[in-house]
Amino acid sequence: MTETTQPQDGMTQRSADSQLKRNWAKLRRNKAALFGGILILSYVITALMAPIIFPGSPSAPNLTRALERPSVTHPLGTDELGRSILGRVIYGSRVSLLIAIGVVFVGLLVGVPLGLVSGYYGGKVDFGIQRVTDTLLAFPGFLLALGLVSVLGVGLKNTIISVGISMVPIYIRLVRGCALSVRQQTYVEAAKAVGTRDRVILLRHILPNVLIPITIQTSLGMGTAILFAAGLGFLGIGVQPPTPEWGAMLGSGRAYLFHAPHVATFPGIAIFLAVLGFNLAGDGLRDVLDPRFRL
Amino acid sequence: MKHESLLSVMNLRTRFHVYEGMVTAVDGINLDVYRGETLGVVGESGCGKSVTALSILRLLASPPAEIQGMILFDGSNLLELKLDEIRRIRGNAISMIFQEPMTSLNPVLTIGEQISEAIRLHQGAARQEAWNHAVEMLQLVQIPSPGMRAHEYPHQLSGGMRQRAMIAMALSCRPRLLLADEPTTALDVTIQAQIVDLMERLKGEFETSIVLITHNLGLIAEMAKRVLVMYMGKGVEEAPVEDLFQEPLHPYTQGLLESIPWIGKKLKTGRRQLQEIPGIVPSLLEMPEGCRFHPRCPRAMKLCSKEEPPLIRKDRRKVLCWLWT
Repeated sequence: MTETTQPQDGMTQRSADSQLKRNWAKLRRNKAALFGGILILSYVITALMAPIIFPGSPSAPNLTRALERPSVTHPLGTDELGRSILGRVIYGSRVSLLIAIGVVFVGLLVGVPLGLVSGYYGGKVDFGIQRVTDTLLAFPGFLLALGLVSVLGVGLKNTIISVGISMVPIYIRLVRGCALSVRQQTYVEAAKAVGTRDRVILLRHILPNVLIPITIQTSLGMGTAILFAAGLGFLGIGVQPPTPEWGAMLGSGRAYLFHAPHVATFPGIAIFLAVLGFNLAGDGLRDVLDPRFRL
Repeated sequence: MKHESLLSVMNLRTRFHVYEGMVTAVDGINLDVYRGETLGVVGESGCGKSVTALSILRLLASPPAEIQGMILFDGSNLLELKLDEIRRIRGNAISMIFQEPMTSLNPVLTIGEQISEAIRLHQGAARQEAWNHAVEMLQLVQIPSPGMRAHEYPHQLSGGMRQRAMIAMALSCRPRLLLADEPTTALDVTIQAQIVDLMERLKGEFETSIVLITHNLGLIAEMAKRVLVMYMGKGVEEAPVEDLFQEPLHPYTQGLLESIPWIGKKLKTGRRQLQEIPGIVPSLLEMPEGCRFHPRCPRAMKLCSKEEPPLIRKDRRKVLCWLWT
């Protein structure tokens, strides 16, 4: 406590820097998290640079070359319509990244405000929101997404919305729990004592204290989102062909599993790596940022 | 000017609905604070000192809290104001310093941001203007290099500095009344002295009245002009500070004063070194009949356990005890 009492110029900057550096060093020492980060990075780069990495069209059929095994022209082979699997996997990363971001956005947009309000105000508001959350949580997440899609219909937008809504209760619970504990803090009382409005207290005092768990959950949530969306695609009720979507590719490859296993294998590997990346990174972030898990 | 009361609390009763029933934390407190005056409120932990302060600003969530009585501040009853109106008073005309400087600042906001928040709120100042004012306030509470400190987070300051920052925040809108709830309890002695000096100086500068809540009688002796002694939610004695220390009327006050160790004080032969008040404070759920202090009172009479004592006025003093009837 006493070493901070001597004023020094630029101390704030330095200690903020050193905090970042310390966290970065911890993250780097965590090999699994580093690996996850590399996976995410290569996945994002692939998605952004898809047209450069794979110049052709991923959706144009060429029936003369259907179900070819991996070769020099088509490194991962072709599917039942003669489309390059490499191209479709590459372009599929765009779709699944879009889904992951969209889903988490929906989850945050709905879940965070509801969780904050529920945790901060308590009482009847809390009771109402929590009962709805309980109801949603009673379904396994994927089943909920499945049910919502059957109501909303198929397609990219509806996939995002339904998977997003299936994640809302997780965010509500997480944020509510944090808000509950933060609102008990003396500084919230102190903020009230200077006349701060509830809205300001929520946004300026409580929300920033909740950001770390939200960040961690967001990383983990992206992995789950990709998996759920792929699941819907696999069942044929997610993103529709000819859009290259990993789950849908996996689904159509299932028919040729015995004589052309590459059709299903490579999209499967892509899903696996993307989900693994987000999960490892999320776990790593939690280890670094959440002191409760610090050993 | 002198006898104008800025705040008068009349028959304040704060009760809490809890699982086991109803707990009366503050039971009929009356107090007046005059302009520019410091009123000390003393008592053991749990006697309702802090709840009184929180009730004045209506900072208790209700339910479970239920506040009755009248709190007149500048002619208006705070208990009848709308939420919006009381919010305009909080931090502006009345502000509060909390006990724990470690936890009463938000760890994720810089000191400057937290101080300027109140200023922007109440004075409608622009961001930069409020920031400058916050830095001035930090200067005023003698934080070295305030311009730089304003950019720091609470964990970068020491306990004493945080309490100064809290004081800066509380005084930033020149409140007319400051509720100081154990402002020095969490600090070590040398820092306590500095904080006391600071509060005294600022009181002069801003003409702020102070309600000083503490269990530290030394602090009361130093700062307060009048003292209210509380026991189990009741005000048991009220007196000017010199009278109280010279001749405490209520047995509880006597016990409190005897339980302070005085360095260099000659030990009375044949007596224990330091007197204590025997027993413990009873649970608020099992309030003793009659006078609340009688189970622990060395001078309790039969009457004390049967009937509640009346409030007795004696010159400038008030005492709640059968001994003085």
